[in-house]
Amino acid sequence: MEAVRTNEAGLRRDEWLERLKLFGLGSPAILLILVILVIPVGWLFYVSFIGADGTFSLENYERMLKRKSYARIFQTTFEVSFLTTGLCILIGYPLAYFIAGLPNRIANLCLITVLLPFWTSLLVRTYAWLVLLQKRGLVNEWAISLGLWDEPIKMVHNMTGTLIGMVHIMLPFLILPVYGAMKAIDRDLMKAASNLGASPRRAFWTVFFPLTLPGLFAGSLMVFILCLGFFVTPAVLGGGKVIMVSMKIVSNIELFVNWGAASALGVVLLVSTMVILWIASRFLNLEKMTGGGH
Amino acid sequence: MKTRTILTISAAVMATGAFAQDKSVTIASWGGSYQEAQSKALFEPAAANTGIEVKQETYGGMSDVRLQVSSGQVTLDIVASGSGSAARAAAEGLLEKLDYNVIDVSTFYPGLYTDYCIGGDVFSTVYAWNTNTYGENGPQSWADFWDVEKFPGSRAYRGKVAGALEGALMADGVAPADVYSVLDSEEGIERAIDKIRELKPHISVFWTSGAQHAQLMKDGEVDMTTGWNGRFDNAAKDGAKVAYSFNQALLDYDCFAVPKGAPNRDTAMMFLNEISKPEYQDDLPKYITYGPTNKAAYETGEITADVAAGLPSSPDNAAMQLPVSLDWYAKWETIAAEMYQEMLTE
Repeated sequence: MEAVRTNEAGLRRDEWLERLKLFGLGSPAILLILVILVIPVGWLFYVSFIGADGTFSLENYERMLKRKSYARIFQTTFEVSFLTTGLCILIGYPLAYFIAGLPNRIANLCLITVLLPFWTSLLVRTYAWLVLLQKRGLVNEWAISLGLWDEPIKMVHNMTGTLIGMVHIMLPFLILPVYGAMKAIDRDLMKAASNLGASPRRAFWTVFFPLTLPGLFAGSLMVFILCLGFFVTPAVLGGGKVIMVSMKIVSNIELFVNWGAASALGVVLLVSTMVILWIASRFLNLEKMTGGGH
Repeated sequence: MKTRTILTISAAVMATGAFAQDKSVTIASWGGSYQEAQSKALFEPAAANTGIEVKQETYGGMSDVRLQVSSGQVTLDIVASGSGSAARAAAEGLLEKLDYNVIDVSTFYPGLYTDYCIGGDVFSTVYAWNTNTYGENGPQSWADFWDVEKFPGSRAYRGKVAGALEGALMADGVAPADVYSVLDSEEGIERAIDKIRELKPHISVFWTSGAQHAQLMKDGEVDMTTGWNGRFDNAAKDGAKVAYSFNQALLDYDCFAVPKGAPNRDTAMMFLNEISKPEYQDDLPKYITYGPTNKAAYETGEITADVAAGLPSSPDNAAMQLPVSLDWYAKWETIAAEMYQEMLTE
């Protein structure tokens, strides 16, 4: 009896010590997050409540309600991000599926070409689209000389151009996690499904597709969240008409004497993103989808 | 984020020794063909003649100065700025008062220097057109710029409010002399913005930088745009099919200011005095078609009659234009900018 109790206390002490050690190992990361994330975001939050005269004020938020342009800018931001994510899924998923079915050597080569754009600056790629898509750009010139269309088509300085540029830049962020998830699937499962009489289509939708969901959601989430903060691509390819929150933040820094006018925009973007993710997590089991629940 | 080109000019070698050789100033400007012109005409020769070492940077405007001043980490001694944003920065307390005991402005045009900012060049916001599309007989007024029947084709217009409303009101029939009194109320501003709304279906790009509007014309992406005259001349030199008119254009100036707490404030004043002298200012038009702010620069013989005729500040050209009102921008720019944004996002 006595021995057991000692043992129990000893175990508890060991567990406690181990937790302490783990905390010790994690503390640099916790400290880092505190310094580079929690404090700045807290500061942002605080500054957004400081008005032009330096005292506590709600004016930075009232302005957003008063002027319809703010709501439209948020709407554009989420619209562009949703559409980009959707297009990335439509283009990226089949491509990842195709690459995952190739022999390893060729698949690696394909992955390198997917990754290749990462080695070119975002700014360069964005301007390259401008050169290709503008009124007298390569695409229009060629298409007209080949007789595909007679008048130059407006493919840039609008929403279309913005989406083309953003999808191009975001695609690798979707393809890689999806490809990873596909490679992890045991292909024998598909054979087993056919063995049990499932058509290829049925086998795909009931066996393969659900198993790729964690990768698909991780990729989509990453694309969506990165899109929300995009600046260069919409600024260059949107023709000044596709205005996203980041662009308005910059113009508010130039326009208003107080930092709060820009900070408040950052706060609203952060909060609305969190709300969207929260709603998404109510409908979808995000933890499981992103592979965190295993 | 910011291309920081630091160009150190080793002027010490050329200094005669009478000047202190360890004096230096850091100057920030806008980059591109504009800063190149300033550098060749003003900064480099002035550095060579005074022995003051010049470090050049590019910057993002007065918001950079605000950040430096509010954090107490001022590194810039002189900044090139638009006259309007300098006036606003001065009102905010971000700038040092200029020492006109050191800086000689006796031959300056009146109104091209203030307590906080001394004019460096005079430029115009003009309308420009593609000469392939319209020939030499392009639009000759803001009303023409708005006339999409007489001048069919796509337009570009400024994505910010500065310099955007005046032309719209003139197109709406307001006489140049009355533009700022009409704009002196929210209704007046809305009237100008409504006029831009009317043209908006034909505006394919709202430009945000001088380099951009020059490129739009070079590429033939739009047939007409507003913009800064010097950029169009430089684009034309590169082969762009572009011409512009000074009629009803907006006459404005760029100036140099000293951020509050600049590390080399006194040297900065001396350097500003140097680059404001006519013998430097008269070289600026060789590199970009912006006019001098010092009247005496026209008398040195460096600026030929031909060159002068193409400058925004030449008497004939200046007479056709509307001088930009700094007072209006100080009072209304923030409100007008928010109203302008409404129109852009519709």
